[in-house]
Amino acid sequence: MLTAMEPLIELLWWDGCPSTERTLTDLRSALREAGLDPKAIELREVASDEQAERERFPGSPTIRINGRDPFPGEVSIGLSCRIYRSAEGRPSPTPDPAELRAAIAREVAA
Amino acid sequence: MIATATDFTLPDTDGVDHTLSELAAEGAVAVIFTCNHCPYALAWHERLIDVAGAYTPRGVATLFINSNDAERYPADSLEAMRARVAAESWTGPYLHDQTQEVARAFGARTTPDVFVVDGEMRIRYRGAPDEAYDDPAANALWLREALDDVLSGVELRRPETEPIGCSIKWRP
Repeated sequence: MLTAMEPLIELLWWDGCPSTERTLTDLRSALREAGLDPKAIELREVASDEQAERERFPGSPTIRINGRDPFPGEVSIGLSCRIYRSAEGRPSPTPDPAELRAAIAREVAA
Repeated sequence: MIATATDFTLPDTDGVDHTLSELAAEGAVAVIFTCNHCPYALAWHERLIDVAGAYTPRGVATLFINSNDAERYPADSLEAMRARVAAESWTGPYLHDQTQEVARAFGARTTPDVFVVDGEMRIRYRGAPDEAYDDPAANALWLREALDDVLSGVELRRPETEPIGCSIKWRP
């Protein structure tokens, strides 16, 4: 159960991308490292164009911490695989784990 | 052998037609389903470009094919394909499969999805370029091995692997 101090962590995913499991693993690891409950992730499937539009879903996977996207940038809304950048600057289907840990830490500090 | 390849003719970004059977008659062909908007395809792209460049002198043609529905995914439009080819260094033609018939004939599922066709139009390899989209050192090893084996006329060490990537975006 979330305490009042724990951030709301959401993972929005679409089944056209095989990146959900890896992102979930990285996200759980980042939460654990930040002293947060790794099970306290709200997984939400985005399954239609209409839902993607309604959710302003910029592709799978998308993480939101207290409703905010820790990886803002130029994105298009829709059912697609989201493009992230690795620490080396290469295109990647998942967020860089170090950047993800930093984003969680920022949110906890806030 | 996995299957016999269905022949096709597709235009590249300059409107020049490329016919699989004509290229296969000259040697092996790497048929690579890819696209502009998928992070897996982009992550593997440089490695695939390197393979195409390295194996062209050995008689291998490489065809990059975009079959995605460009109406729902404008980043995969012919115009976007042209812009990308103009901005980057490609070592093989980027073909537009507007009807998606070629992707369906090959049973392509993802971007990337890699096939190696030999001189007798047999599909000898199908799958991922290598084991790790996030590791350039993986060097498209599975594709390179498949091409080496086909060129050497031996049985493939690894005829099939699981393609990993974004689903091909089929038209409704």
